[in-house]
This record gives sequence, structure tokens and C-alpha cells, in this order.
Amino acid sequence: MTAKLDPEDLQPVAGGGLLHRRLLLKSGLVLATAAAAGSTHAASDAPAQKITEDLASPSWMRTPGQPFTTYGKPSKYEARVIRSIGANRDLPSNGVSWTPLESLEGIITPSGLHFERHHNGVPEIDPAQHRLVIHGLVKQPLMFTVDSLLRYPMQSHLIFIECGGNSNAGWHEEPIQRPLGSFHGLVSCSEWTGVPLAVLLDQAGIDPKATWVIAEGADAAVMNVSLPLAKLMDDAIVALYQNGERIRPENGYPLRLVIPGFEGVTNVKWLRRLQLTSEPVMARNETSKYTELLPSGKARQFTFTIEAKSLITSPSAFQKMFGANIYEIRGLAWSGRGKVAKVEVSADGGKSWAEAALQEPVLSRCFTRFRMPWSWDGSPAILKSRATDETGYVQPERDVLVKERGRNGYFHYNGILAWGIDEDGVISHVYA
Amino acid sequence: MSMRDRGPFFTALAAAAVVVAVGAGAQAAGERKAPHLGTPMSAEEVAKWDLTIFPDGRGLPPGKGTAKEGRVIYENQCAHCHGDDGRGATAEELVADPQPLTEEAASKAIGPYWPYATTIFDFIRRSMPAGAPGSLSADEIYAVTAYLLAANKVIGDTDEMNAKTLAAVKMPNRDGFEWIDVKK
Ligand code: HEC
Repeated sequence: MTAKLDPEDLQPVAGGGLLHRRLLLKSGLVLATAAAAGSTHAASDAPAQKITEDLASPSWMRTPGQPFTTYGKPSKYEARVIRSIGANRDLPSNGVSWTPLESLEGIITPSGLHFERHHNGVPEIDPAQHRLVIHGLVKQPLMFTVDSLLRYPMQSHLIFIECGGNSNAGWHEEPIQRPLGSFHGLVSCSEWTGVPLAVLLDQAGIDPKATWVIAEGADAAVMNVSLPLAKLMDDAIVALYQNGERIRPENGYPLRLVIPGFEGVTNVKWLRRLQLTSEPVMARNETSKYTELLPSGKARQFTFTIEAKSLITSPSAFQKMFGANIYEIRGLAWSGRGKVAKVEVSADGGKSWAEAALQEPVLSRCFTRFRMPWSWDGSPAILKSRATDETGYVQPERDVLVKERGRNGYFHYNGILAWGIDEDGVISHVYA
Repeated sequence: MSMRDRGPFFTALAAAAVVVAVGAGAQAAGERKAPHLGTPMSAEEVAKWDLTIFPDGRGLPPGKGTAKEGRVIYENQCAHCHGDDGRGATAEELVADPQPLTEEAASKAIGPYWPYATTIFDFIRRSMPAGAPGSLSADEIYAVTAYLLAANKVIGDTDEMNAKTLAAVKMPNRDGFEWIDVKK
């Protein structure tokens, strides 16, 4: 039940006009949100939209609608909500596409907007011509058809997957000016369903000498990485479904190795081979890439775990403020180590912080949606969010991270993100 | 697939599904009840699938090549994307002068950064040239690997690379990596 608003509720709890998160449970309050650039969303003080329909009786109430469709698509009025693509000029099959995080709500990423990182394109795999082979330090090498895997008992993980290279522009000297998703959108969240890998490995019979598993995909890069057997036995699955339907081709159809909390590249798509070994293979994607060179000249290797991170999705760059008002700050937080314990928000560049409301469900290694009421008086402000996970790990400020890692690490950037808002309501990415 | 093919496993699977559904504690029991649907493979079959090349050279195929032969392959099949002499273009630089890894000069080209020479052979065999992966012969891969190692001044210009000599190459940055999420 929502309680009535009383004037005390509008007393700030931290600098810059942050209000108590309990306000979100009160009635009688209308919260504004920053609007997407070019948005058609009506807002009281937004420029008036040209009205072409009789709003009390629009044409679609007076004629039969469209027929049924076998597979639904988003409204044509949402055509701007798409992945943005960054690909290699000489090899368009190499690159990424970013999830438009700033345009989405809740915690589930629609499958068609899940980020992509392909090293050499999306293979069009006929599942009848695809096999999964388990071999190496096992009693009996085994080959599985896709149909046979569909007949095993299954499990679901509702988890995020984040590319180790996500947010890498954070290492740049100057703050990059791009919509949130085109900078931080190599992270998405889905329900992945499939066969616990431990079941399949047990059936092959694990040699006690085995400590690593080399996983390989059936794409044109034949991408391979080495993974610790213990973690794979713990909670990895051979996923066949994403968000209830068979995995999309660009996300690994027909089989994807899904490892909760581990960086994206380890969640091998188009999985074809698992080799148990007593040492890592030292593949290109665990030596040349996905390692972080430190100022000392040494590099961090096998940095599988995604550390806690949070992002304010609204207001964010290229969105518009509607003047002094009470806003709902919205964002996402996650950690590869478990649940998000707390998200704090600052409206004064980190001088003072207040705790945001975490929207249920709060799940381990899953996106957590946070919300925070904020009374913006129209003067310049700097918004930040800071996640703490259940292990006590606190998302670092950017300058702390850069001091520790230098600027040549490229991977695993999880520094606090700051949005500067000027008196005209223009939002930009700032280092603060 | 007909119901008849499914016959032997269908009952076991249905029973397992029920056990899994009653809660997390029942999961282990459900796993034990999983059907066994993997087909055993012979060593010969496995060998056809196995593309792994380990740092000690296990998995390297027979063959050989030198930097001189490799330069021709590089110029014809790689330079368009990786630049003249491996100095980088639309794809990564592969060659850099020998240099310590400092904050100012942090080249991740093969010579300064890569810890194992076997990785070069392995990666080219599985992924390059990007437009036609898998198209080079073992001799050609040894040759272009020799070219890249020589251009990075890790081996001599006339050194032959084969399964034995490649595995014996010690990269300058062999000990430059600290394992974070796994103990050595
Ligand atoms: C059509 C462009 C293209 C051609 C031709 C090409 N490459 Fe590449 N190469 C790439 C791209 C793009 C990448 C990065 C792949 C990725 O992101 O996974 C790459 C990566 C590499 C790497 C790893 C670089 C690193 O720093 O991790 C090596 C080594 C390599 N290529 C060698 C070769 C060789 C040898 C040839 C010729 C036989 C070749 N390439 C031909 C585009 C090309």
C-alpha cells in the first residue's frame, strides 16, 4: 500500500537534492524522467507534439486491427531502439554491437537486443550437423547431438553476461560522449536454460588430474579459451534456450557455454568441444587479449570474474531534462561475485551519497534495477552511482581504478560513471 | 524423431524432471537420473576434432617453414589488414621493436607481449587469414609464424620453424603474467 506524501518527504537526504528512497513508495508524487533524444514521450513542458488523431476516439478504435502474426515484433514507433554496431572496416564480421541500455527498463534484455561480440561473424549452424565433443582427461570421450542434449534435465540461470572489454573507453584521457549503451552496452541480462555441465562431464568420467577445460566454438574464428574445471562443475550450463526460446544465432545457437559471473568471452558460443586438461592452452584470447597490462609491466591474466558495477541509465547522455522538477533516477547494478547488496547515488559528484531503492527481484549475478528520487533545482549537478556487492566489494572511483591499473589494461573497467548536468539540462559524460 | 526412438530414455527423463522440480536439494538426485545419451568416441575420432596446441608443442603438426617463405605469404594474404611489415592497419599490429612494457610504450604486439610462440601458430591455424580461415597448409603456417617471430627479432632471419623449434622458442614476455582468478 502506498502511504500519503507529507512535506518532510521532500527534505533532501544528501547533497544536490537527493530524496529518501522511501518516497518511491508514496502516493501523490509525480516523478519526471529525462527523455530520450528525439523522444515522442509527452511531458508537460516538452514542446507540443503535432496531434493528428482525435485523441478521445482515435482511428484504431474504429477499424479492426492488424491480423495475427507468427512471431511478434516491436512497435514501428520503437524503431530507434536498436543495437549500435562497431565493426572492422576490412572484416565486417569482426566487431561488436551494443545493447541500448538507456532505452530499456526492468532487468531482462530482449534477446534481439542482447549485445554481440563476434570474432568472425555469426555461423548459420544446422543443429542436425552440429555435435558437442567432450574429451581429454576423461575415462570415455563422448559426442552429443543437440537433440540428445534437449532430453536432459535442465536448469535456468537468470544472469547478466558482460564482455570483459565493456566500458573500455573509460580508460581514455577524455570522457567519451556517446549514448550510455554505445559505451557501456556490452552487457545484457537473460534467462539461460540448459543442461548442467557437471552432468555431462560426470558421464564422461573426470580424471582426477584434470583442472582445466578448454572450450571451443564452431564459428569461423574457432574461438577457444581455458576455464577452471572447479567453477564449471559448480554452476556452468550448456545452454540451449535464452529467454524461453532457443538461443538466437548471434548468441550461440544451438549451444552456448554459460558461466555465471564470468566475463563474456568465456561463455563460448556455438560450443563444439570441451577438452579436460591439467593446464591452460594459452590461447590468443587469454594471452594477447582479455589480459590487463599494469603500470608495473606485468599483466593480469585469467581475470574471469566481473566485479561489481553500476550505471545510471536515466538521466544519461543525450537525454533531456525538463527543468527543475522531481526526477526518478534509474539504473542497473550487477556483480559477478553474487548479489548486489546496495547501490548509493550522489548528486554532488561524490561528496555525499544516499542509498537507492533496489527493485525486486535482487538475484545473484543478475541485473538489479535501482531507483532514486531526486529533486533537481536546475543548477549544475553531477550524478554518480556506486554498487556494493554481498562480498563487501565496493565499485571504485575512476581515479582509484586508473591509479591501480594504469591506462593500458583495456579490459575490466568498472569505475564509477559520472553524468554532468548543466543549467540548461544538457547531460554529458564527465570525469569527476 | 518418433516416440519410439525416445522410448528407452523417456521414462528416466520424466522421473528426473519431477525430482528437479521439488527443490534445489533434489538436484543431485535429478542429475544422477539423467539419461546417458553421449556416444563413445574412439581415439582416432577424437584426433580429428582436437585442434589444441599446448605451450610445450603437443598438438603441433608435422611441417616446416622459414621467415623468407613466410614474408611472401604475409605480403599476399595478411598485409592488407595488418599493414606493411606487420605494423598494423585495420587489424592489430603484429610486429614491434623489442621494448620493455612500460606505461608510455605499451605495445601488445607479438614480440613485446605474447608469452608463448605456439599461440601464434595455433591462432593463425584456427582463425587467419580472416577471409579464409583454415586455408593455409601446415608448412605455410610455420613459415608465416617464422616471419612474424623474425620480424619481432625473437628468432633469426634464417631459423626454420617446425614442431620442435617452435615449441623451444622462449618469448621475451614469458613471465610477464600474473594469474588472478586461478592459482598457478
Ligand atoms: C581481412 C582482414 C585480415 C586478414 C587478411 C588477416 N587478418 Fe589477422 N586479424 C584480423 C582481425 C580483424 C583480427 C582481430 C581478430 C579478433 O578480434 O578476434 C586479426 C587478428 C590476428 C592476430 C592476432 C592479433 C593480436 O594482437 O591478438 C594474428 C596473429 C593475425 N591476425 C595474423 C594474421 C595472419 C598471419 C594473416 C595472413 C595469413 C592474417 N592475420 C590475415 C584481420 C585480418
